[in-house]
Amino acid sequence: MKIGVLALQGAVAEHIRGLEAAGAEAVAIKRTEELESLDGLVIPGGESTTIGKLMRKYGFIDAIREFSAQGKPLFGTCAGLIVLAKRIEGQDDAHLELMNMTVQRNAFGRQRESFETDLDVKGIDEPIRAVFIRAPLIKQVGEGVDVISTYKNEIVAARENHLLACSFHPELTDDYRLHAYFVNMAREAAERRG
Amino acid sequence: METGTSRVKRGMAEMQKGGVIMDVMNAEQAKIAEAAGAVAVMALERVPSDIRAAGGVARMADPTIVEEVTKVVSIPVMAKARIGHYVEAKVLESMGVDYIDESEVLTPADEVFHINKNEFTVPFVCGAKDLGEALRRIQEGASMIRTKGEPGTGNIVEAVRHLRLIHGQIRKVQNLSKDELFNEAKVLGVPYDLLLQVAEAGKLPVVNFAAGGVATPADAALMMHLGADGVFVGSGIFKSDNPEKFARAIVEATTHYTDYKLIAEVSKNLGTPMKGIDIKTLSGFDRMQDRSI
Repeated sequence: MKIGVLALQGAVAEHIRGLEAAGAEAVAIKRTEELESLDGLVIPGGESTTIGKLMRKYGFIDAIREFSAQGKPLFGTCAGLIVLAKRIEGQDDAHLELMNMTVQRNAFGRQRESFETDLDVKGIDEPIRAVFIRAPLIKQVGEGVDVISTYKNEIVAARENHLLACSFHPELTDDYRLHAYFVNMAREAAERRG
Repeated sequence: METGTSRVKRGMAEMQKGGVIMDVMNAEQAKIAEAAGAVAVMALERVPSDIRAAGGVARMADPTIVEEVTKVVSIPVMAKARIGHYVEAKVLESMGVDYIDESEVLTPADEVFHINKNEFTVPFVCGAKDLGEALRRIQEGASMIRTKGEPGTGNIVEAVRHLRLIHGQIRKVQNLSKDELFNEAKVLGVPYDLLLQVAEAGKLPVVNFAAGGVATPADAALMMHLGADGVFVGSGIFKSDNPEKFARAIVEATTHYTDYKLIAEVSKNLGTPMKGIDIKTLSGFDRMQDRSI
């Protein structure tokens, strides 16, 4: 499986390491034409306003929507989750508007409120260590979205068919089970495409 | 649930990678920086070139400025405390600042001891001229390093010197045997364990940004080419003729630092850059980079 990591800004190298540890070939993506050869794409953590602006500037909004329309999986972490969402609280427009959910940015407060904790994730056996940094929350999910993890009754990870999103940073730990989960999604999607 | 862990503090800096952190002096500039795609803003009373021109003692900014900036942007807000000034740092932490720069741009409050940054929940960034300084700051709890460069000069030469030196020293320690490494730790004045980590990983255990003298989009791209994880831009942006355009140009040149056609495109008609200062004309007293070791 060849998985791209959108490399406009943010924690790119960490995702590449995670994807490689999960057995995939991983590449940093800076231009839309590089999407073509991929089986899946990770949108990493970073600053969502920066990533969103650069995506618009370089034509990634339409290119990734098209990528998604082919059933190729997308995985957004933290800022990436915000970028995937259909709706962002307090904002008139969102970015990719692909995943049927409403997100709240900086939902836990400022950096001093950032934290790490152990979380249960549906589809993964043992709890994973989740690092939340100025993290967003999924405040509401629409039809077709499966909640796969919650923290204090708030949604922190969800899946909608070939779309996966979490508010924390699996790439900041040495536990790459969530990356493996995504690589598996890419494998299943590739089999379906034939 | 744990806050303020080393992973949470260092992780915050990881999220800034590939981005540009911009100095701003008021809410209006902060909004321009955010709209241009800055990953964070540094709220200041005066940019380094003005601090240099004004002389006298430079201190933490008026909390009003930090508060105003915090209100208008959703990206992280950083602010500077004087080297060794524990209370300025605690004040900034209490205000919800997302990152503190214990900075040589301000007049040091302590010429020997830095703040023990390990006991703070908020992460710190510190300047370094070489590997020894970088690792001493990390041992004290810095979660991010930046080159010192020579702030407010519009001259990139010192930032280049510092980044090249740090990377050269890292390559050197990678080739040392264990017994040589013990001595190298002594020579550099750093803890052995930390130096061993660097030797094994081939990089600092925290993010390393370029700062001090970045004056053009090409300067920002040069620092990325030399291996910086991102860029701080101080006096350059809001001293330029068209700050919005200039800020956007720096962001794009940082993201696409190997795309020279794009850098040419964004560099067009930016107006006169900072006049700049030849470092050789600075007397010892005016060299901010020498304010701590």
